[in-house]
Amino acid sequence: MAGSYRGITLLSTLLGGLLMAASLLASAGVSAPVVPQGKGEQCVEPTADMRKNHMEYLLHQRDKTMHQGIRSKQHSLKECINCHVQANKAGDYPSVHGTNSEQHFCDSCHSYAAVKIDCFDCHADRPASPSAAKGAKP
Amino acid sequence: MKIAYRTIEGRSRGYFALFGVLGLFVLAGLGAAHHMESEGHWITGMNNQIVWGMPHVFAVFLIVAASGALNIASISSVFAKTAYKPLARLSGLLSIALLAGGLMILVLDLGRPDRLIVAMTTYNFKSIFAWNIILYNGLFAIVAVYIWMMMEGRFNKYSRTVGMVAFIWRLLLTTGTGSIFGFLVARQGYDAAIMAPMFVVMSFSFGLAIFLLVLMASYSWSERPLGDATVKRLKNLLGVFVAGVLYFVLAYHLTNLYATEHHGYEAFLLLGENGGGIYSNLFWIGQVLLGSLLPLALLYHPVTGKNRVMLGFASVLIILGGLAQMYTIIIGGQAFPMAMFPGMEVSSSFGDGVTASYAPSTWEVMLGVGGFAMSLVIVTAAVKILAFLPEDLSDEIADPHTASKST
Amino acid sequence: MSDQHINSYRRRFLGGAGALAALTVAPGLLLNVVKAKPAAEAVSNTTRWGLLIDANKCGEGCNDCVTGCNEEHGLKEIHGPATDAQWIRSVTVRDTSTQHVTHLPMMCQHCESAPCVDVCPTGASFKREDGIVLVDKHTCIGCRYCMMACPYKARSFVHEHLTEQKPVAPRGIGTVESCTMCVHRVDKNGENTVTACAEACTHDAILFGDLNNPESDISKRLEKEGGTRIRADLGLNPGVRYQGI
Repeated sequence: MAGSYRGITLLSTLLGGLLMAASLLASAGVSAPVVPQGKGEQCVEPTADMRKNHMEYLLHQRDKTMHQGIRSKQHSLKECINCHVQANKAGDYPSVHGTNSEQHFCDSCHSYAAVKIDCFDCHADRPASPSAAKGAKP
Repeated sequence: MKIAYRTIEGRSRGYFALFGVLGLFVLAGLGAAHHMESEGHWITGMNNQIVWGMPHVFAVFLIVAASGALNIASISSVFAKTAYKPLARLSGLLSIALLAGGLMILVLDLGRPDRLIVAMTTYNFKSIFAWNIILYNGLFAIVAVYIWMMMEGRFNKYSRTVGMVAFIWRLLLTTGTGSIFGFLVARQGYDAAIMAPMFVVMSFSFGLAIFLLVLMASYSWSERPLGDATVKRLKNLLGVFVAGVLYFVLAYHLTNLYATEHHGYEAFLLLGENGGGIYSNLFWIGQVLLGSLLPLALLYHPVTGKNRVMLGFASVLIILGGLAQMYTIIIGGQAFPMAMFPGMEVSSSFGDGVTASYAPSTWEVMLGVGGFAMSLVIVTAAVKILAFLPEDLSDEIADPHTASKST
Repeated sequence: MSDQHINSYRRRFLGGAGALAALTVAPGLLLNVVKAKPAAEAVSNTTRWGLLIDANKCGEGCNDCVTGCNEEHGLKEIHGPATDAQWIRSVTVRDTSTQHVTHLPMMCQHCESAPCVDVCPTGASFKREDGIVLVDKHTCIGCRYCMMACPYKARSFVHEHLTEQKPVAPRGIGTVESCTMCVHRVDKNGENTVTACAEACTHDAILFGDLNNPESDISKRLEKEGGTRIRADLGLNPGVRYQGI
């Protein structure tokens, strides 16, 4: 009687351990995002500040640009893209809409954090350049 | 005699069948909207010339009818006609339900329905559309309180005051809806102050037609007695409203016919010139003949006027005629070329100078019908959950005065 | 001409000891010397940007301004002319009594009292201080009431998902759009702006300028030669004026 009881305990411990290992493995499948390097040494604000508040800066700048025509570069989305979205060796830019979206600065983090943004429904997700035009659909 | 309100049992096969069928239409409408939003509006018949299409025909019709459906309650509380009092709760319910259905269509047709929160929080108070958003939301709240005052015995004494607020609010609401078109200076068919009062009278007519249908159907299907006196009173009122709409339509077109500036539009809409055939047919055959004159004959003819099936038929005709009227106003008004260079012949790659063509897509019709079904689903569910319908509306109970005279 | 000018002016202005004294005279100086505003400065109603279009110079069958605009803002053919965006179009006007034919480009007229701004429920359709009428696509819900209200049919609705937008012209599904008077160029170049349509025009038929500045080329020409407003009867005071119609 006691033996079978011990057997069940052992079995459930084993099963529990297996489950834990499986969940660990599964979580390892979602690797932390590899944030692509931008141009230059330093972002327009300290990195920690940008990580926390970039949306505030962008929103503020958005309304100022839209309604007042203020086009200073510091918090401009276009400048974020120009600096942070870099071409690979073949000269192609990653796109949030493409298969290489995990290499896109914005998308790498946003898809990891599961925060959906619709900026790029309208805004260009790459700098304007001849190589960007190459992938253009007719 | 005290009126006893009771929920309907709602367990019959027929009840569930009705619920199921209406539910399917709602689902189809939601599916169509989802498709429209994920593909973009190019899959619909709407385009840069006809920017408002079939969804707006249904939506504006339902919103107009919603304020009209409240009339019965207003007549009972504001004008103190006791004979209408037993019908007041259903009147309020139908008003909320029709408004919800209409708004569902309107919202789901937006280019960015995901931004509804923007529309609810950011207002441009020069826009009649912004005012309408407030008026629509307000009607929900006011009518909900109104129904509560009517249902809760302790608060009955306030129902007259709240009813008065609801009555004024609904007049403002339909004025606002009509003004969406009345305030448009750019287009020949709009830009007319008469749009506002015309929409008010249209709301009386459409709302009552739907009310009468729902009343007769629910009493017949729930096998509750509904006396002739009540039906007769409603159908006579409906006739007056239908004639009232015709009067406003006449005044609108007479004014336009007098001004040479508007002759082009009138020839387009009334004679079908310049590619307006569909609109003149809808106007004369749909709106005037089948939607107004035939129902008037049915309502007032001594034989058909006593036949409930015929009254139901007349109500259906009035509803269809109302939709035809909305179609000619909304689509016809956009299809007629804009007078950008008055007196000149204009052409371009953007449809200047030519009548715009519009073929409604299945998706738009599905969304429109889905919104209508949504209204009816709300009514069907609500009468089972809360006591909206009097148990007995036979003449002796609902209308003892008339009943005693006739016996 | 004036980039160096501005910089030297700004250096003097910023570095000068009598900053307060400079501030009081600065507005007058700025108007005369500085043609483009600094990037961080808000637009003001001292300027009113406008266009003067000489329809007499417009070539028959010429579509260069349209092509130039489409190229600048990334407008493409997608599902056909009924739903594709057209910010500018060539309109042919024939007087049926005289058979006189005029060709002219038609676009957003940037009205002073714009009906599209009045009717927009969320305020997404708005007029900047300098007279340019725009759609804030961040708050546009796609109700299309502005398209119903515009007497010039100047607006288009984006009927499908877009990709490959130009960085200077963000555009997206479910929102309304129209001519921006090349606002991205205006904010950079001010009075020296050449809009994309004007740049593409080989007939020299489109002139951009400040209607509020009596010394600007557009004002001088309007004073000397006159100009017409389309649908002037509506009293909207559009910023786009025409000659030869």
